[in-house]
Amino acid sequence: MKFILMMNMKDDEQSRTKGITTWPPEDIKAHIGFMIGLNKQLRESGELVSAEGLAWPSEAKTVRAGAGGTPITDGVFPESKEFLIGYWLIDVDGPERAYAIAAQASAAPGPGGAPLNMPIEVRQIMSGPPPEFL
Amino acid sequence: MTTAGVEHLLRELTPQVLGVLIRRCRDFAAAEDAVQEALLAAATQWPGDGVPANPRAWLIRVASHKLTDQIRSDTARRRREAEAAMEAGYAMPAASPHDDTLILIQMCCHRSLTTASAIALTLRAVGGLTTAEIARAFLVPESTMAQRISRARQTIRDSGVAFEATKNLAPVLHTLYLIFNEGYTASGGGSLQRTDLTDEAIRLARLVHALAPADTEAARLLALMLLTDARRGARTAGDGEIIPLDKQDRALWDHGRIAEGVALLGDTLPKGEVGPYQLQAAIAAVHDEAATHQDTDWPQILTLYEMLDRVSSNPMVKLNRAVAAAMVHGPRAGLAMLGELDGDPRLKEHHRLASVRAHLLEMAGETEAAVRNFQTAAARTASLPERHYLLAQAARLRDR
Repeated sequence: MKFILMMNMKDDEQSRTKGITTWPPEDIKAHIGFMIGLNKQLRESGELVSAEGLAWPSEAKTVRAGAGGTPITDGVFPESKEFLIGYWLIDVDGPERAYAIAAQASAAPGPGGAPLNMPIEVRQIMSGPPPEFL
Repeated sequence: MTTAGVEHLLRELTPQVLGVLIRRCRDFAAAEDAVQEALLAAATQWPGDGVPANPRAWLIRVASHKLTDQIRSDTARRRREAEAAMEAGYAMPAASPHDDTLILIQMCCHRSLTTASAIALTLRAVGGLTTAEIARAFLVPESTMAQRISRARQTIRDSGVAFEATKNLAPVLHTLYLIFNEGYTASGGGSLQRTDLTDEAIRLARLVHALAPADTEAARLLALMLLTDARRGARTAGDGEIIPLDKQDRALWDHGRIAEGVALLGDTLPKGEVGPYQLQAAIAAVHDEAATHQDTDWPQILTLYEMLDRVSSNPMVKLNRAVAAAMVHGPRAGLAMLGELDGDPRLKEHHRLASVRAHLLEMAGETEAAVRNFQTAAARTASLPERHYLLAQAARLRDR
């Protein structure tokens, strides 16, 4: 069973995840080390399909097709919108295991090493046709 | 012998040779490496030089040499341990090639492994598929599959699994059943590798049936696979769209497979206890033997589901029993049975409850409620082709 675990951040000044730029260097280092360790653990358990971090939302653009299909980009976002900043694709035995991994990611260390307990959205990835029910 | 002939022979012999080596050295990874080297030597030498008189003995001899070489190049401490284990292994009474393969399969499907690990290891060690092939079949990176397999070997080593065949084949049959389902429920177009999984599951089920001919459930599992797989060509359209059983073109069914499955099932009828694979296979056979959907013997299917509910009760069996009851006694009877399932926490939020209810409501002429249930089911399913199917049903009824 495949799942995507999505790590979101709020693009506002109060957001603790955004605040990472203001953390002391050792806290940043601990946070990044934790994420590297989590990926390593998932790779070694044979559960990791992929994991990616995304560029900062300030670099993001919203694109719509204009007349004749020309891209119209929009870089202005409403305040306190939530943004995807990273995700894991995992292949596990069931939802309970996906929740356990999400909880582990959620508790990544923040300032002073305290767990961030940030929200991780868990969504199952659609699969092929179901067994034929007779 | 042709290169293809040699490849086929090697695939047949691999689990036998691996079984012997593992029994001797008790190190799954080392034994597999040694067997791989022996297979490579055979694949390069045999097509030119000819196949040796006893190919199995040749492979065991070459693989054993490779293993000894490997142990010699290891550190002194590990070497002493490994050599002692090897001696103990040689001292063990020789097992028949059959037993060696059976021991290997039972190790790969051992209860200490997670489902995913048991599947991966079985396909690798018994099926002889490459790690890359298994990774493609499960749509995960090769490195992920390699880790899964290597952890499975580690678990086997750590758990001290017995190196002997037991009578209980249930975990093996369950693993093969899951491999089959994985292939059977694969997405339609563009993932041919995944239907290879059903072929591989059938090949392995044939192997287990040949190794343990007295195990009636092994024969019945093979029958179930054949009777289900017979419909493969008719259950999806070219674009992967689901075609439900009642709309399938029965001329596209594989009648050779159906005949083989029915015969297997017949052979086991007077033997052994009534088992879940037998009843599922019998249900598949009743469907397969109906010339048209209208000709289906629903009373018999209902009886079989009632028996299955007694042998191995689960919510899905109860749901299917409700469908069969609706076909025999009318949609109201089926809907009444669904009402009893609403309180089951395993089913309450399940898409299949909503989709069955939608079908039965449609039969009962309650169009609006049927549409709502098709939509609920569409929102809940994790299968993309099934979601398309359910949305199409909802739209068809709504716009009627």
